[in-house]
Amino acid sequence: MKGVAADEDSPARGTRRALLAGARAAALAPALVLGASYVGFGSLVGAHELSLEFALFNTLTAWALPGQVVLVELYLAGSGVLAIVLAVGLANMRLAPMTVAMMPLVAAPGRPPWRLYASAFFVAVTCWAMTMAQAPNMARSDRLSWFIGCSLVLWGASLAGTVVGFYAAAELPAALTLALVFLNPVYFLLLFLQSTQGARDATRLVALLTGGALCVPAHFYSPEWSLLIAGLGGGTVAALYRVAMVRR
Amino acid sequence: MSAELGLYGAAVAAAAATYFWRGFGVAVGGRLDPNGLLFEWFAAVAYAILAALVVRLVVFPSGELREIALAVRLGACAAALGTYVLFGRSLFAGCFAAAAVIAAAASGVLG
Repeated sequence: MKGVAADEDSPARGTRRALLAGARAAALAPALVLGASYVGFGSLVGAHELSLEFALFNTLTAWALPGQVVLVELYLAGSGVLAIVLAVGLANMRLAPMTVAMMPLVAAPGRPPWRLYASAFFVAVTCWAMTMAQAPNMARSDRLSWFIGCSLVLWGASLAGTVVGFYAAAELPAALTLALVFLNPVYFLLLFLQSTQGARDATRLVALLTGGALCVPAHFYSPEWSLLIAGLGGGTVAALYRVAMVRR
Repeated sequence: MSAELGLYGAAVAAAAATYFWRGFGVAVGGRLDPNGLLFEWFAAVAYAILAALVVRLVVFPSGELREIALAVRLGACAAALGTYVLFGRSLFAGCFAAAAVIAAAASGVLG
């Protein structure tokens, strides 16, 4: 993929070009696969006779699929608001280290901080992994715009997928709905594999492998905390690996 | 009516809980030295959590995916990886292969 070259024309034009480049990177495959995952979400909502307005409201305001599925499943199971908030917060805790890791990459000197706080609303796995992989090849001033362009297309695809899934819920065979729900982890798996390729060393790969492996024993110890345990454990192992490699 | 209110109350609270982590990430991430070890650690934790999320969604799924045998779910992932590599690192081909495996198995189980 081409980086966005820093050129001599006006900053506004450069920004628009980066925005469009990000949008183009997200169009087609990423938008289709994420959209299909959201067809799974929309049909989950439709099949249980919750409203389309609710499904769209949720995709608009809390765009992060695993947390959205937790919200719907717990609501249907009759959980209270407090229990739902805690479970969604726990399911989405990954967004904190993801955002931390992306900020130094996209922050440009002299830009007001509110832009970062506003953009952080779009930190979600797909556009995050794409930006982590592509941003190092771009001029610093273009990166945040590229990320936003990428996110807007994916967000739109998610909303469209939600609508399609909602109306198709009754028509879609149950087997297809299950396949669409399963797309999400498979897509993430391949995306992470891809995003480790441009890395300068194996730290990210070590983090992925140890985090994934630790998830299974951690789940038997505590299903609620398994992601955090595996993340802290795997991340620490990978950081130690990096320290050992740098010292060598 | 109160059920609708409860649903939207939960959705608004869920949105706040979701943005909370993103905002937290900006507050912390803006202050870290991108060449420092602490930053590397945060990035590694992010990748490890995401890998764990994938494993959890595949090995310990919620909802109706539990009707599909674990061996089939793992087989679908293997099919995705194989197809991905075979088709020149195509995300689309890999995802399609996995979806096909799950759909075929599910139509057997669900009838």
